Amino acid sequence: MITTYNALISLKNRVANAWKQIDVQLKRRHDLIPNLVNTVKGAMEFERGTMEAVIAARAKAVGAQGVRATAQAEGELSQALGRLFALMENYPDLKATGNVAQLQEELTSTENRIGFARQLYNDTATEYNTKQMQFPTNLVAGLAKATPAELWEITDGGERAVPNVDLTMRSPGT
Amino acid sequence: MSDADLFAQQEANRRRSAWLVGGFVLFFAWVGFGGDLGLYLWTADAPPEAYHHVVPFLGILTTAFAAGLCWYAWRTGPRRVLWSAGAAELVEAVTPEQRQLVNVVEEMAIAGGMPRPKIWLVPDQDLNAFATGHRAADAHIAVTQGLVDRLSRDELQGVVAHELAHIRNEDVRLMTLLAGMLGAMALVSDGLGRYLRMGGRVGGGGGSRGGGKGKGNPLAVVILVAWVFTLLLAPVVSRMLAMAVNRKREFLADATGAQLTRNPRALADALEKLDLAGSPTRSITRGSAHLCIVDPAERRLSDREGFIGDIFASHPPIRQRIARLRMMAFEAAEPAAPLPR
Repeated sequence: MITTYNALISLKNRVANAWKQIDVQLKRRHDLIPNLVNTVKGAMEFERGTMEAVIAARAKAVGAQGVRATAQAEGELSQALGRLFALMENYPDLKATGNVAQLQEELTSTENRIGFARQLYNDTATEYNTKQMQFPTNLVAGLAKATPAELWEITDGGERAVPNVDLTMRSPGT
Repeated sequence: MSDADLFAQQEANRRRSAWLVGGFVLFFAWVGFGGDLGLYLWTADAPPEAYHHVVPFLGILTTAFAAGLCWYAWRTGPRRVLWSAGAAELVEAVTPEQRQLVNVVEEMAIAGGMPRPKIWLVPDQDLNAFATGHRAADAHIAVTQGLVDRLSRDELQGVVAHELAHIRNEDVRLMTLLAGMLGAMALVSDGLGRYLRMGGRVGGGGGSRGGGKGKGNPLAVVILVAWVFTLLLAPVVSRMLAMAVNRKREFLADATGAQLTRNPRALADALEKLDLAGSPTRSITRGSAHLCIVDPAERRLSDREGFIGDIFASHPPIRQRIARLRMMAFEAAEPAAPLPR
């Protein structure tokens, strides 16, 4: 009884911690974007609309509260950034300057970090939610003030699915 | 991997580490005390003024030696493995490739929900990587320069994920201990081999002298034969056992790595490149071969499927690993299994 309760509490804290991780990475992204926009502004004069969309999406994402709203705003920001990256491919000179290449690597990494932090959050939250409903943990769920954690829904397509993991020693085909 | 699985893995590895240390000390104790017993029985019939082997100082010595070695392997293992590979810590990323490596490691640490390990670079043009350390909090990951130069970002991510999986499952503790002990074992059996060859002549002379009395004790002969047999076989048997355990860990780390990146195809591609590179990683010695993502020796042994490969290779056949990862990628691409990540 006590161990079930404690396990649930530690899981609850891990969900909160995983959410913090996402927050840290989102903050990193928000800080990097003005940098990028300022660097490419001069060279990409004709793509003003795309850049303004990125800035607007960023402003909206910074202000977002709660899992659902944040997920929504950040998804839009991801799409705007993706369009900007795609357009940057048209400016080979731009990529040749070290600063832009470095910034782009940082942003790519940040996108990945957000993705992985979200993956960890969703995995942990799912485990937490499942635990709450399972017997005998469901008996102490109320005591631990456990409520189902909201998952970060994926808004864009092209996300990778979970691979089916085979841990047996069999080789495929036999 | 859910928590329960992870804890089960870590627990199993802790148990294996304990077995390893226990078996190692026990082996040395047998070498020492067995030798003592043989000597005791040998000298028991000797005339009273001759030497009688009563105090088992050989056994005490070897047991203390083995315990000391375990302690030494535990304390200095990670440092020694890194040192023997000539790795240099990447403290501040200078080139874009190094920056990318640091980023990739940090990304995977986030995916695994674990602290970022220290990053080391091995100045070697071949493609390889390994991880070492005691626990996630003080783990190290080392990659060769060739790997950083020649893999794409996604492939690098796959390899790093594989290594982080080793750290997360606490494989590194077991494998680093094993590295220290295999090194010591090789040293001892080399030394003993030389001694036995040399001592064979000396013993032969002594045998003919004391032969009249010594022959009368069959128990001494049986024990001596068993003793010599274990001395000769133990290194081989222990190596086989260790390699069998290790091959399983490699498959598991591939799977866990794929779970971290959600991209088994990238690791499969990377393994293919590593396989094609094919040349031996000279910086990495035989004793720490099992730590690496692919066998750093000529890749012939791990390529061979079947009996010999099953017994002696430190790594599973690379084609089998690639095939499994491709299966995972294929299954993930099927519309039947789209889970939210």
